[in-house]
Amino acid sequence: MTDRVLMKGNEALAEAAIRAGCRHFFGYPITPQTELAAYMSKKMPKIGGTYLQAESEVAAINMVLGAASAGARVLTSSSSPGISLKTEGISYIAGSDLPCLIINVSRGGPGLGGIQPSQSDYWQATRALGHGDFFVLVFAPSTVQELVNMVFTAYDLAEKYRMPAMILSDGLLGQMMEPVSFPEASEVKPSEKPWALTGHQNKRPHNIVNSLYLKPEELEAKVLERFERYRQAEAAEQRYDEYCCDDAEYFITAFGASSRIAKSAVDLARAEGIKAGLIRPITLWPFPKDIIDRRTAQAKGFLSVEMSMGQMVDDVRLVVNGRVPVEFYGRTGGMVPTPQDVAAKLKEMAGGAK
Amino acid sequence: MAVVYQKSKMLTDAPLHYCPGCTHGIIHKLVAEVIEELGVEGQTIGVAPVGCAVMAYDYFACDMVEAPHGRAPAVATGIKRVHPQNVVFTYQGDGDLAAIGTAETVHAATRGENITIIFVNNAIYGMTGGQMAPTTMPGQVTQTSPYGRDPHAAGYPVRICEMLSTLDGVAYAERVTVESIPNIRKAKAAIKKAFTAQIEKKGFSIVEVLSTCPTNWGLTPVEALDWLRTNMIPYYPLGVYKDKTAEGVY
Amino acid sequence: MAKAIIDEKVCKGCGLCVHVCPKKILKLDTTRINAKGYNPAVLTDEGSCIGCAMCGIMCPDSAITVEK
Repeated sequence: MTDRVLMKGNEALAEAAIRAGCRHFFGYPITPQTELAAYMSKKMPKIGGTYLQAESEVAAINMVLGAASAGARVLTSSSSPGISLKTEGISYIAGSDLPCLIINVSRGGPGLGGIQPSQSDYWQATRALGHGDFFVLVFAPSTVQELVNMVFTAYDLAEKYRMPAMILSDGLLGQMMEPVSFPEASEVKPSEKPWALTGHQNKRPHNIVNSLYLKPEELEAKVLERFERYRQAEAAEQRYDEYCCDDAEYFITAFGASSRIAKSAVDLARAEGIKAGLIRPITLWPFPKDIIDRRTAQAKGFLSVEMSMGQMVDDVRLVVNGRVPVEFYGRTGGMVPTPQDVAAKLKEMAGGAK
Repeated sequence: MAVVYQKSKMLTDAPLHYCPGCTHGIIHKLVAEVIEELGVEGQTIGVAPVGCAVMAYDYFACDMVEAPHGRAPAVATGIKRVHPQNVVFTYQGDGDLAAIGTAETVHAATRGENITIIFVNNAIYGMTGGQMAPTTMPGQVTQTSPYGRDPHAAGYPVRICEMLSTLDGVAYAERVTVESIPNIRKAKAAIKKAFTAQIEKKGFSIVEVLSTCPTNWGLTPVEALDWLRTNMIPYYPLGVYKDKTAEGVY
Repeated sequence: MAKAIIDEKVCKGCGLCVHVCPKKILKLDTTRINAKGYNPAVLTDEGSCIGCAMCGIMCPDSAITVEK
């Protein structure tokens, strides 16, 4: 690891991608991910890489499709409305079994929404990044250092499972400055890609990267094969962090920026005698079902804290499956919940201070 | 006896799915023959469109990718930026290139993206069953212009070569057709020039090929050749619209 | 001495080869249909073939090999 430096989340993401071997960035300007693209435009020409400002998010994601099919570690970044435009390409990338990394520095919606931090793209990230039966690996960092580490993990897992990966960041983390250190570039080992389009050099049959299967039995077989990989990823890659969970009775579930607030809320609640804990999903897909399932045995209730109208709470409810109450607290539109508000909600669930 | 004409080795054994007499097959052959003659089969990566030529990835014996509708120039851009030494081409129809993919086409062209586009213009959406295309002729009857294309309601056909020729990134733009043997020979020469321009890193090259759609035009294959000659060539004049292949565009 | 060899199983009976043959020695055989369901093109007068290859060049399905 390198020495620690103070960096903005968005710039740290860009630097991490470069150190992870990314030499091709395709994007389109949108707030609040701008610093990332600007960093790439400054760095890439100096290291023989490509920074290309596309004519649209649609074009950018299709450049990603091309570069990924050619075997490169490729990156695009955008923010919520831009991710909506990219969903066409993401579906094709998933359907073509290509690895790539997509960053969503998300903002409030729907529509043009706002430019303040939001987590209202959870459903989109975990369920609706395009048409068809598929998933994308989704990572939710809560610190700038975690953002950096996640870029390496995301590329590795995207290549391992041959599927796109997304880092769902938000404007808060993107703009925040924190000290970070980076893994050395020499620690990076991209996987072999025998399927990549490199020109067959008259040495092998022609490679085809494609998502079209007109025979229903062939398409079904292809999707089943893909879902077998998803099953393996679900078994092996659920990532989460816990805070004060050993003796907890009331569990907050929160990811990304809201998990930082939730952590303070746990402290406030504990000061009032409420046995509160925090489960922070690091992967949103695969969702860390197993730990939530285990903790349900000791839980009196769950509280999903989100900067949205309540999206991840659906997944918590699916796991808890009615065994204990699952409640929601959130703000939306770019409003950020306070620890006090969250603690008050916990207190209400626990029937007042203990 | 010696073989004076045979199927190009750059085409696979897969039988083409095109309708009888559709000139897509002729254009496939020309692209394949050119790549074979230039000796770059091993370095070439092709991009198939959405439309009748969607399964071109099964026909060309080089590495191939199938792009979303209209996005082939963007996909080709991604590939070319990763492998600048490879030969990258797209094969696109008029709906793909001149409607949904107009932005991708124009911007790949203006960037001087060093790729080659084979643009097949048959004035109709073939794959979906014969709807009005951006290139459908005024008055032409299609499934979605049942009274003939009315420019007042549906606008005028798009002339792609003319439009792109105004852009500085374009090294080569020529419109050809394949409705006769002499024109097939000219079409092949144009395709060869376009690929050569790319190999010599001169910039963006496009060859627009006027093509037939006997099935959706409701004509026999031979009648379709006449219809193309009579109706399309006057509106889409053949010829070179831009040639900066000597000096390059950068 | 020249010859157009037509791969009948590939032929779709479109007639474009018949149309361009300068010697008018190709025709669609309406007495037969191939496995694809088309009347295949046939060479009617082998001795008159000049090996110009126009049929081969015109055939969209690469069904014709020409020898000379």
